[in-house]
Amino acid sequence: MLDLTYETPKPKVIAGAKHDWELVIGMEVHAQVSSNAKLFSGASTKFGAEPNANVAFVDAAMPGMLPVINEFCVEQAVRTGLGLNAEIHLKSAFDRKNYFYPDLPQGYQISQLYHPIVGEGEILVDMGPGVARKVRIERIHLEQDAGKSIHDMDPNMSFVDLNRTGVALMEIVSRPDIRGPEEAAAYVTKLRQILRYLGTCDGNMQNGNLRADVNVSVCRPGQYEKYMETQDFSHLGTRCEIKNMNSMRFIQAAIEYEARRQIAIVEAGGSVDQETRLYDPDKNETRSMRSKEEAHDYRYFPCPDLLPLEIEQAWVDDIKASLPELPDQKKARFVNDFGLSEYDASVLTADAESAAYFEAVADGRDGKLAANWVINELFGRLKKEDHDITESPVSPAQLGGIIELISAETISGKIAKDLFEIVYTEGGDPAQIVEERGMKQVTDTGAIEAALDQIIADNPAQVEKAKVNPKLAGWFVGQVMKATGGKANPKAVNDLVQQKLGG
Amino acid sequence: MSDLNKLTLADARDKLRDGSVTSVELTEACLSEIEKAGALNAFVHKTPEIAMEQAKAADARIAQGDAPAMCGLPVGIKDLFCTKGVPSQAASGILEGFTPEYESTVSQNLFDAGAVMLGKLNMDEFAMGSSNETSVYGNAVNPWRRGNDDAQLTPGGSSGGSASAVAADLCLAATGTDTGGSIRQPAAFTGITGIKPTYGRCSRWGIIAFASSLDQAGPMTKNVRDAAIMLEAMCGHDPKDSTSADLPVPNFEAMLTGDIRGKKIGIPREYHMDGMPDEIDALWANGREMLKDAGAEIVDISLPHTKYALPAYYVIAPAEASSNLARYDGVRYGHRAKLAQGDGITEMYEKTRAEGFGHEVQRRVMVGTYVLSAGFYDAYYNRARRVRALIKKDFEDVFAQGVDAILTPATPSAAFGLGEMDDADPVKMYLNDVFTVTVNLAGLPGISVPAGLDHQGLPLGLQLIGRPWEEGDLLNTAYALEQAAGFVAKPGKWW
Repeated sequence: MLDLTYETPKPKVIAGAKHDWELVIGMEVHAQVSSNAKLFSGASTKFGAEPNANVAFVDAAMPGMLPVINEFCVEQAVRTGLGLNAEIHLKSAFDRKNYFYPDLPQGYQISQLYHPIVGEGEILVDMGPGVARKVRIERIHLEQDAGKSIHDMDPNMSFVDLNRTGVALMEIVSRPDIRGPEEAAAYVTKLRQILRYLGTCDGNMQNGNLRADVNVSVCRPGQYEKYMETQDFSHLGTRCEIKNMNSMRFIQAAIEYEARRQIAIVEAGGSVDQETRLYDPDKNETRSMRSKEEAHDYRYFPCPDLLPLEIEQAWVDDIKASLPELPDQKKARFVNDFGLSEYDASVLTADAESAAYFEAVADGRDGKLAANWVINELFGRLKKEDHDITESPVSPAQLGGIIELISAETISGKIAKDLFEIVYTEGGDPAQIVEERGMKQVTDTGAIEAALDQIIADNPAQVEKAKVNPKLAGWFVGQVMKATGGKANPKAVNDLVQQKLGG
Repeated sequence: MSDLNKLTLADARDKLRDGSVTSVELTEACLSEIEKAGALNAFVHKTPEIAMEQAKAADARIAQGDAPAMCGLPVGIKDLFCTKGVPSQAASGILEGFTPEYESTVSQNLFDAGAVMLGKLNMDEFAMGSSNETSVYGNAVNPWRRGNDDAQLTPGGSSGGSASAVAADLCLAATGTDTGGSIRQPAAFTGITGIKPTYGRCSRWGIIAFASSLDQAGPMTKNVRDAAIMLEAMCGHDPKDSTSADLPVPNFEAMLTGDIRGKKIGIPREYHMDGMPDEIDALWANGREMLKDAGAEIVDISLPHTKYALPAYYVIAPAEASSNLARYDGVRYGHRAKLAQGDGITEMYEKTRAEGFGHEVQRRVMVGTYVLSAGFYDAYYNRARRVRALIKKDFEDVFAQGVDAILTPATPSAAFGLGEMDDADPVKMYLNDVFTVTVNLAGLPGISVPAGLDHQGLPLGLQLIGRPWEEGDLLNTAYALEQAAGFVAKPGKWW
């Protein structure tokens, strides 16, 4: 399989009052592991349950309760690491991150600071056909999610829902290789796509199953290259971390705002404080959450309730062997095998379900035609009704049937669209529908000719005009199509009109 | 039959099986002693209804010929163990009113083996203390007294209630837990036997955590045989505790032959402490002779990092405790402070924890928080971990040289008076653990066996330290020592 080749995109440049500036962005994405049970308890992870319904004794930090690792969550983290071409650490360990908050019952989060399960990897972030940014992954570690504090149900009390407490998260940490707001959103999009292909995170950002912390700094052009050469952060500006964003749009807007804020500070002779900030989408601004001085001292130390996590290479190999084809490979294959444009291949491989749908339609048929129909007709129609591919009323076999009818010239492209609409709304076998409803293309030149002759006979004036102005031939084509209920083969009609009216 | 409460587990078991006594009789005898022993303040929650129900069930099982190891034997449970439907407070105000919905694995194992629970036993708050004086229930009292002096003595700690109850025959045996010596020191102070098994031998599930990497449950009994019987019933692999060892549990009692000929017993020179009372030295020398007479080979050994053990322990244990006790925040269970107008979550934490935790617990939480904090982590916590590794290696080295067990004093003194340490530097209290903490840091099994009386008539104990997972061998050596020492003294009943 040929890999596709990509150019590196240019970094985004923001013009300040005095200079041009570039952005340097690193991301920490928290992805909820798809699993039925929590990281260290058997409680359900199902979204939308009654508050505090999915809580085991250990999740509520009852005295004497102990965590026991959920092997499937480990498997999911390994699968994710393999999907990002990352190093899998056969030995990792859990640490406690200590802080007080009512939705953190233990008073600590069990995480992996010192020895994460996954090490360095990389993601190719598509920025358009032929252009992609390679973003290095620093690490992925497993950790517990916190619960939810609810402050607006009562004037005097806060409420706590522990359903999410202890749910497994993967924190996926990138290097500062992202160079603009669009790249940041594209990075999250690509990461989300890979996770969904792998089945390790459903990527539902609305439910908070995928959230991002974004580290943003600005630097003068040329500085980033110095950093890349030396890996010395002193070449870069001071960064701020914008916490907990769960929308691609907000990520871009927040970065844009934050970069301009930092540029204004530096150009005014000030210096950026390293701090944690929150993005307010209503005001489109970031606000300081806590400064470095106020930063929590998390007092990380190895969790004494858990032994170091040791996994075997053979187990990792088994997981590797079970990995699905990932978006980059699939896209390259669609380009190479079906002759699709990279753009179409990207659209079709956006999610595994669409790709599978397309492949089923294209199987044994014209790939390009299949791509056109899936992207333009099917996706367009589904979008109109806000459905996704899994909700498509038209099966790949049905759409394949339509495409076969087109390829065999049994129906015209125009009729095919009518047929698609019938299949979409009423269902049924396309070939049978065509047969029963007489939608077959008329290729019998005798019948077409008879219709044309009748029209010529009925419209002598038009015939005269057409002889002077050949463009009027189209009027005759239209009349024939009308007379045949659109079923006449357009090419045959064209040929006959040309033949009879001169040309 | 009178004085059924004075029976050992082994004797009571035999009498139950031969039908000469019933569990109900045994249990009633203990319950009645407990009622009369309020002055000892050993039991903090009595569970007579549960006891009688379990006793009747045990008698029924015995009648059917189905009598597991602990069937019908009345025991006390340290308040650190969560017991379903029974208050379990770790002797702390912060767990006021806490009644768990679950049963600790160890107590469940005992019940599965037919044991009868008489109630919950006093202890130092969250097992932090060496005198039982940090308990929210007030201290338990040692049944032993100095000669005719009626000054009250500590039963030791943290398992002080367990030690007092067993020594005073309020129960046949009791559970204890040991993080730095909390089974062995009170056992030594009260003339009973206490074993801390290898770390991972007993499940920690359902035991309120003090320092997770050090905590182990163990039995506190009237003799070594009872310790073997009860340990076997308590321990075993538990998938609910990731640090529990997946190893078979041997028949410990069957290993008690008393034959220790050819066994190599190490005497660590670093355990000679300056200022140690002559009586302790004499007891140790005596123990060495007794083991030698029983056919063991006595060798001098060196455990060179011993002197760093106590400081390392008092970094690691508080560090873990500071994190383990973070959950007591007043949000979900236990005590919550009354808040003033305008108080927020921070005030709720501060007031709740200030009211709920006693001074010693607060001290350790603060020490632990400090040693884990940014900038101090490497200097304290990480260094202490390295020391811990060296201490473990000290033991591995001597075991690799063929040493089977190590003999040391259990404590640097006999039981001291309650209140005596009130004004002392807390470090002086911590010195009680000087011979025992090394064993927890190294995760080894250690047993305290009563071996003599001091000049005031108070019991003194010797400690034997064994190879990891070889509790059977260790118990047998302890058994030989017990036979040789012939300790039979009992406290005169004054309560």
